[in-house]
Amino acid sequence: MLRHINQFASPKNFYALSCKLVHYFGGACLLLFVAGVFGGLLFSPPDYQQGESVRIIYVHVPSAWMSLFVYIVMAGAGTIGLIWRIKIMDVIARSSAPLGASFTFLALATGSLWGKPMWGAWWVWDARLTSELILLFLYLGYIALQSAIEDPRMAARAGAILALIGIINIPIIHFSVEWWSTLHQGPTVSKLDAPSIHIDMLIPLLLMALAYMCYFISAVLMRARCDLLALERNSAWVGELIGERSR
Amino acid sequence: MNRKRRNVVFAVCFIVAGMTIATTLALKAFRENLLYFYSPSQVQAGKAPQSRPFRIGGLVEEKSVVRNPDNLTVQFVLTDTMQTVTVVYDGILPDLFREGKGVVANGKLRSDGVFEAFEVLAKHDENYMPPEVADALAAANKPITVNSVVKPE
Repeated sequence: MLRHINQFASPKNFYALSCKLVHYFGGACLLLFVAGVFGGLLFSPPDYQQGESVRIIYVHVPSAWMSLFVYIVMAGAGTIGLIWRIKIMDVIARSSAPLGASFTFLALATGSLWGKPMWGAWWVWDARLTSELILLFLYLGYIALQSAIEDPRMAARAGAILALIGIINIPIIHFSVEWWSTLHQGPTVSKLDAPSIHIDMLIPLLLMALAYMCYFISAVLMRARCDLLALERNSAWVGELIGERSR
Repeated sequence: MNRKRRNVVFAVCFIVAGMTIATTLALKAFRENLLYFYSPSQVQAGKAPQSRPFRIGGLVEEKSVVRNPDNLTVQFVLTDTMQTVTVVYDGILPDLFREGKGVVANGKLRSDGVFEAFEVLAKHDENYMPPEVADALAAANKPITVNSVVKPE
């Protein structure tokens, strides 16, 4: 078992395997995205209160989910890299950060566009919005830290510690709407008894969420591959790879 | 697991546990400041600030909205199903302002107990459904459950 993990974790094998994974997840992302966009914008019904404006849910909610998920991936991979010194994990943590920051920005921007017509305000300082903004700053701080430290090993360690400190923000974001009175409404899909969203709206929402997930996986692998080639540029397997290509 | 690795694991656990405790204590200390709005019950119990502006949130009571025909002044009653506060507002209400739905008003409490708002925000609930479904629910006399507007203390 451990040997299998070690084999996957070797940069050479990871590079070969990730090439295939990028194609599979990229293709799945395209299909799901087309289905989700058409389902959400054309076939799903308008809301009984919000009318057509509700359709921004198909962009806003998946990006907000991904902003939390990517942070967990980043902190998890960073911690594994920190403890077991697996280079791939450091690379995955570093590659996740810009993607997570983009998802967070997208969630904040689309939420703002939604807030003006629905609530009557672009921005309010309630617990949900403020903690999500802190998440954006955590991502930006992580990216800044990575580019400030030249030694990749040191940068990965410092980044993992920063990500670990910030992980406390994730449950705060998730539960903020339950713990405090906020302008942002409570949870819809993750309610345990029954999600209070109509099935015709739930299906395109979940399709979009899956499309975002597949996009993240293929994008993070693509970034990690580039990063890995640069890191391992002096190793034998990269030399072989380049030799094969140029021949 | 060698010794060095075990130390790293300890350090990781220490960081996470430390941050959790520190954040929990900080959030407990700032509990009041993290409330985005006060409920009518809290206002009637005198827990809301008297001298400075604050926000009040609740449901707009059915058939309580009175509009002045000459200007934009509007008066309505906010309820959390236990207590009520009368709110006056001079301005344009958001599209989602409805009787029976949640709003958050920003303003000051007058000495006569009426809340004078300078901003009214609509708080939409966590239910999403097509209009036909909402009509069918109304026809069948089934209430749409709202969890997020009125919070238990």
